[in-house]
Amino acid sequence: MSTIRTEKNLQGITTAHPDGIGGSPLRPDGILKVKGEFAYSSDMWHENMLWGMALRSPHAHAKIVSVDITEAVRHPGVEAVMTYEDIPGSKFYGLEIKDQPALAMGKIRYHGEAIAIVAADHPETARRALAKIKVEYEILPTITTEEQCLDPETYGYVHEPAEYKGHASGNVVHSQKVVYGQGVTDEVRALADVVIKGDYVVGMQDQAFLGPESGLAVPAEDGGVDLYIATQWLHVDREQIAPVLGLPENKVRLTLAGVGGAFGGREDLSMQIHACLLAQRTGKPVKIVYSREESFFGHVHRHPAKLSYEHGATRDGKLVYCDARIVLDGGAYASASPAVVGNAASLGMGPYEVPNVNMLAVALYSNNPSCGAMRGFGAVQACFAYEAQMDKLAAELNMDPVELRQINAVEQGSIMPTGQEIDAPAPVADLLRRVKALPLPPALDTTHLDVRDIPGALSNTSHGEGIVRGVGYAVGIKNVGFSEGFDDYSTARVRLEVIGGEPVAMVHTAMAEVGQGGVTVHGQIARTELGVEQVTIHPANTEVGSAGSTSASRQTYMTGGAVKLACEAVRNELVALGRKRYGWDYNDLSLVGGKVVSASAGALVPIADLLGDSAIDLTREHHHRPTVPFDKETGQGFGHVQYTFCAHRAVVDVDVELGLVKVVELAAAQDVGKALNPLSVVGQIQGGSTQGLGLAVMEEIVVKDGKVRNPSFTDYLIPTILDTPPMPVEVLELADEHAPYGLRGVGEAPTLSSTPAVVAAIRQATGLALNRVPVRPEHLTGTGE
Amino acid sequence: MRVTFTANGREVEADDVWEGESLLFMLRERLGLPGSKNACEQGECGSCTVYLDGAPVCSCLVAAGQVQDREVRTVEGLADPEGGLDDVQQAFVDAGAVQCGFCTPGLLVQSHDLLERNPQPSDNDIREALSGNLCRCTGYEKIMDAVRLASARKCSSSEVSQ
Repeated sequence: MSTIRTEKNLQGITTAHPDGIGGSPLRPDGILKVKGEFAYSSDMWHENMLWGMALRSPHAHAKIVSVDITEAVRHPGVEAVMTYEDIPGSKFYGLEIKDQPALAMGKIRYHGEAIAIVAADHPETARRALAKIKVEYEILPTITTEEQCLDPETYGYVHEPAEYKGHASGNVVHSQKVVYGQGVTDEVRALADVVIKGDYVVGMQDQAFLGPESGLAVPAEDGGVDLYIATQWLHVDREQIAPVLGLPENKVRLTLAGVGGAFGGREDLSMQIHACLLAQRTGKPVKIVYSREESFFGHVHRHPAKLSYEHGATRDGKLVYCDARIVLDGGAYASASPAVVGNAASLGMGPYEVPNVNMLAVALYSNNPSCGAMRGFGAVQACFAYEAQMDKLAAELNMDPVELRQINAVEQGSIMPTGQEIDAPAPVADLLRRVKALPLPPALDTTHLDVRDIPGALSNTSHGEGIVRGVGYAVGIKNVGFSEGFDDYSTARVRLEVIGGEPVAMVHTAMAEVGQGGVTVHGQIARTELGVEQVTIHPANTEVGSAGSTSASRQTYMTGGAVKLACEAVRNELVALGRKRYGWDYNDLSLVGGKVVSASAGALVPIADLLGDSAIDLTREHHHRPTVPFDKETGQGFGHVQYTFCAHRAVVDVDVELGLVKVVELAAAQDVGKALNPLSVVGQIQGGSTQGLGLAVMEEIVVKDGKVRNPSFTDYLIPTILDTPPMPVEVLELADEHAPYGLRGVGEAPTLSSTPAVVAAIRQATGLALNRVPVRPEHLTGTGE
Repeated sequence: MRVTFTANGREVEADDVWEGESLLFMLRERLGLPGSKNACEQGECGSCTVYLDGAPVCSCLVAAGQVQDREVRTVEGLADPEGGLDDVQQAFVDAGAVQCGFCTPGLLVQSHDLLERNPQPSDNDIREALSGNLCRCTGYEKIMDAVRLASARKCSSSEVSQ
């Protein structure tokens, strides 16, 4: 069940082309994808192509005493073996802080760090050659716990002070304070009737996109390289790759290959530099495709976190203060840690009015796997903790947990702890009301039991004994777009011309289509703005300006906005052509049904006749409204572009004897401003909710002493179709006047509240505290740690 | 070694196959059939699912040499020879069951097999049949919708033909 509710304030914003915005036309890549003909990055093939592969460290922290590649070079079929010494340009790269060596330079900082790369005629040849590289390590004690990281004089530095490139010092990558109201002082504490404290832990989640890191680098005659790649942001890849290759950016040309999911895991580089280096060295095309195991080492993960919260409230449930500390493990290299810290700090109070706030969020360097972007970053970890606190507070006050949240919910006009006013609709209380009002699923029918309905399912673990039901609620707040003063503009080129007598719009952007359906939306925008039926989507590449990253729920807002601007510019030029030719003086012109139409005088001329043999080809950039960095000491500042909200209700059955959980239903309500494509919007909400469910009950990269223990889909579990329940979705459309079409970024918010809602339901079923996710069977049966 | 078999109704031959190669690798890298996907290559995700002599298998777990003289049907072989989509393929597009699409080929073969055996599956039948196919994008709801839609279309078209 999915429902869309359009509020009155959206009337008149949209036009009514059935495949324009607000419709759900089919994906332009859908047919190719169901026929198996869509070319993903791992499907690339080239004549004389070589296979690249990397040698990775089995240790988490070590000095590299020596690397001997002699035997590998001699291995038949091997065409190149390279170490950091063979890198022609800069040895380091990074999204923001360039602290990561393209190949290890004398030191290993995490399990799986790449040391050498090989190009060979077959993947098996490459594997055997890697086995012949002799590396002598001097193993160092790992720095992995918070205590160790925060005491570098005792436990050592992940990056020696002379090499440190982060934003703080020691083993801290970045930190952010937020102080609001009176802060949290003894006087403020005295105002509270009840105090709730809690310590929470969030495990390391993996994006687990299905399409492995892969691509094809082809050396070009001009000494440059053409890279066909699955990524989230072509231009930022190029910005990092070119200096390492010692090439100007214009000699590194990227074209987006088919992307098999991303979820943040393709924000950082993986095999890009390695494939380009090997192509440069051998003069031959080089393909690299990670195995699933290598994928776990080849991309960053969601930051595991420790969160300590103290909330004070009055007897009637109004929040008085919150004191919070969030420690995020950033792992060996910085990746997106600063932005994750910024989100955790600025969104860590949740969608609640808290008059007095003291917050500190930090990310640490450690010898654990690097962590960076994953759907909802920073906000996901915080949401698990503050929502657990809300439930504890409600229990302490003997209040309904939904009512407690509604009493404290932000609304339009509320001030965030950063001092930023929420200047767009913020229907937090209403979203909660809506999920609560949905009918509950029927009780488990134990007389006509289908084992597929119960925890353990096909394992036939129970016939209904020991199964307890629970219901839980949660709501979250996420920012949309890049924050803290970052101008993550998007570029779009639109070309209108007549092909076969029909006006055809071509949309060209560098937007990474990773599955979200941006290409569908671009076509819808062009149809709505230009009144054409036919839209072609140009392959995404670096021939056009940056589209920014497919992350932060930003692409429809930002690149969609750029497509809209470019279409408007094309339309204006077309209309100007008509005015010049026909002497029109109408002020009510639009493009509808392939014609220029005056609201008063009717259809004037077909677009095809007006354009004739000419083409209008224009490029526009879309910038969101400016933001500013948060003040270092107080966290104050207009830091975010837009806020987005989602609420969940989870219903679970728990087998309390075996510690198994079955989520029976996971209902969501989300405000999307304007659903440009309702089918895709609901798909995003359901997909995001499922990733949150995974974090709640199964997903964790287990790391012991810096070693990853479960780098496979056998041991790292993601929800299957049996683990995933029906997910009714209510979509609200309250326009944000600052955004194109009033839309609100959709992708991340559902990933936040899903996790705490599921855990709240398990708590209600079991009465257990459950301060850690994922919840494992042993946490429910009391048989484990 | 040389492997000769039938792929999507056509006799094919792959040369210089290394004995350790999987059916999946041979299809993708030697026969120009990259539709079957390489998401885990350890039989956990189902993205490489193909029919082998009419039974769905993970092609990553089948050694290339095992298919000598046998029949393989991949996602590329689901549409009719003129390119018309099978009901299952069309339903996945129509229902919004395709996002990134990397799981889609395996899910299509598995769903196709389910509907061949059980034209009107219950929701639990669908979940059971597809429980070996991971999807990371959709949360499976639209995939459920797609299989229900394909089932309805197949049943209504077979009623018409009767």
